[in-house]
Amino acid sequence: MTSDLAPAQAAQPSGSSTATPAPPADRVEPTIQASDLVKTYRGGVRALDGLSFSVAPGTVFGLLGPNGAGKSTTVKILTTLSRPDSGTATVAGLDILAHPGQVRQAIGVVTQRSGIDLEATGRENIALAAHLHGLSRAGMATRVTDLLQRFELTQAADRPARTYSGGMLRKLDVAVGLVHRPSVLFLDEPTTGLDPHARAQMWDEIGSLAADGLTILLTTHYLEEADRLASKVAIIDDGRILVEGSPDELKSELRGDAVHLELAAVADTALADRVTTALNEVPGVSETTVDGREVHSRVADGASSLPAVFAALDRVDVTVIAATIARPSLDDVYLRHVGHRFVATGEAGPRADNAAPRADDAAPRADDAGEKGTRGKGVQAQKKEVA
Amino acid sequence: MSGTTDTTDNAGTAAHPDSAVTGAGTSTAIADSTTRPGLSTDIPVPRPGSVPAPATEYAASAGRQLRWLTVRHLRAMLRQPAYLAITIVQAVVWLPLFGSLFRRVVDVPGFGGGSYFDFLTPGVVVMSALFSAGWSGMRVIVDIDRGVMDRMLTSPVRKSALISSALVYQAVVTTIQSIIIMLLGWAVGTHYRNGLVGPAVLLSAASLVAVTVAAFSHALALIVRKEDALIAAVNFAILPLTFMSSAIMARNLMPGWMQVIARVNPVDWAVSAAREAGSTDPDWLTVSIYLCCLTALATMAGMLATRAFDAYRRSL
Repeated sequence: MTSDLAPAQAAQPSGSSTATPAPPADRVEPTIQASDLVKTYRGGVRALDGLSFSVAPGTVFGLLGPNGAGKSTTVKILTTLSRPDSGTATVAGLDILAHPGQVRQAIGVVTQRSGIDLEATGRENIALAAHLHGLSRAGMATRVTDLLQRFELTQAADRPARTYSGGMLRKLDVAVGLVHRPSVLFLDEPTTGLDPHARAQMWDEIGSLAADGLTILLTTHYLEEADRLASKVAIIDDGRILVEGSPDELKSELRGDAVHLELAAVADTALADRVTTALNEVPGVSETTVDGREVHSRVADGASSLPAVFAALDRVDVTVIAATIARPSLDDVYLRHVGHRFVATGEAGPRADNAAPRADDAAPRADDAGEKGTRGKGVQAQKKEVA
Repeated sequence: MSGTTDTTDNAGTAAHPDSAVTGAGTSTAIADSTTRPGLSTDIPVPRPGSVPAPATEYAASAGRQLRWLTVRHLRAMLRQPAYLAITIVQAVVWLPLFGSLFRRVVDVPGFGGGSYFDFLTPGVVVMSALFSAGWSGMRVIVDIDRGVMDRMLTSPVRKSALISSALVYQAVVTTIQSIIIMLLGWAVGTHYRNGLVGPAVLLSAASLVAVTVAAFSHALALIVRKEDALIAAVNFAILPLTFMSSAIMARNLMPGWMQVIARVNPVDWAVSAAREAGSTDPDWLTVSIYLCCLTALATMAGMLATRAFDAYRRSL
């Protein structure tokens, strides 16, 4: 078979690409290693404040945080676009500061702001990247055609990219980022701004790239996205990693179930105190927070605690209009570490599939009136896909 | 997607931990950048999770990068011909406009007589080159806003290729524009002497001015990154550059202080070189000196624009 690899790698077993299992994360050199990255912007905004993490080869790493947490800055530094004030990082075993040119050959980048030349066609966009990366002319045409096919852009291949939908542009972005067969792919908020259908498609694409063994660094502010795609997640806020682990590890740190109550009235401070005190007296209930009309608690066993919770609130004259019990989600992990609801920063529907087994799906988030329409569709699309 | 995976070679496949070396194998990897064999597309190609450092900083040759980046600009121009058409119409309007307005200045003592169109055509050619090149930085801002610039800068692309492609493009646009103006000049009675050498000198001089100005415009665009700031700066610079040169008025009829400025104004160098080359008894040494100065300036401006990428990167 023909290989585009250097002679140095010719000894590698060829053939079955998916058969080689990813090695245990702690035994191999990480594909991405960031150490103590600090970046301060003009005006004194400290975007990164000693950020460190590592990504094992062949895994999807989710960098999760609200807008302005430092996710994009991290991607800019690791992709050699920007330089850190201090700290070091290696990508694909290469020092980003000492060998930026070599790093650029090893990575594919899909940034938040697209990067597609709208005047050029889809095919021309991919071909330009192939030329710039020095792909052999013999294989180039097939490579371009295959990428168009893989991302279902063949029909639109010879139309200017300005005629593409948001979802098509994003796919083209990924196709352009993959043309030189990078070993590491950076996806900076790949589904932001996509409609639920396009988002679901993009998730499938990312999932299949991950299955091929590509190392992916994914930034997102959708908890659901990280939960679904990433084998390891780091929650980042104010330029620092707050907590890191696999989604399951993070969720299992939280004991018991989450109880979400909706009150009839917005809680002022006095009412919030009353609710907190009442709930904390119920055996098994802990970590109660009150946020407007929403109350969040953790209970050892959701279903059996609920009557006691209602009774306790009834005694202090608090009316509950809705109650939801959910298994721990990344949203809860986020709540625990950041101290405020993640949903405040965006339109994510974080619990849509986590909560499915037990939560009442019919009322996913009554408080998020503005997002309700799209959210409903989103949940549907995901359900279909899961089934 | 599973239906198509057998026909596509997925970028990056199984991770091979053993090859997770740092910087090793650089000498053996030289062949990678030069003789990359055909990319097999029907068989998935295994790719280690971590590749040895390629020996070269850039995967493709400078010529290839320059060519395809230039093709990108030219293709965009052909698809949006309105932009080129507007600059040409503008130039085409100037020639009769200034020609009629200043027709009598040839009678002013000291101007030297002759046909004003003979005098004016090189001036309008260089002015037009100056104007369209001045705005060329706008394309950089569009690229920055759309994320194309960031994509380029995270690819193994030479900064010099990025800048040179834009400058080559500008030279092509200027050449097309200049030829149209010169044909129009010929139609209204401009004389071109010394065969094709006179027009060739004019084309070269106009292109060199365009390249210089486009390079400055690109550098500025990379530094200010905002359309309104670029528009203000270009407006501020272009009119004085035009009028403090002999583009429209003979240099010896300018006020003394302005003559001094015109002496160091590249627009004046270009116009003077073209007029000298189109005169009845050209002094080729003077023409060569002007062209050399213009070439040196264009080179310096190009290098400055290349450096401006570092300023852009630092601001990210």
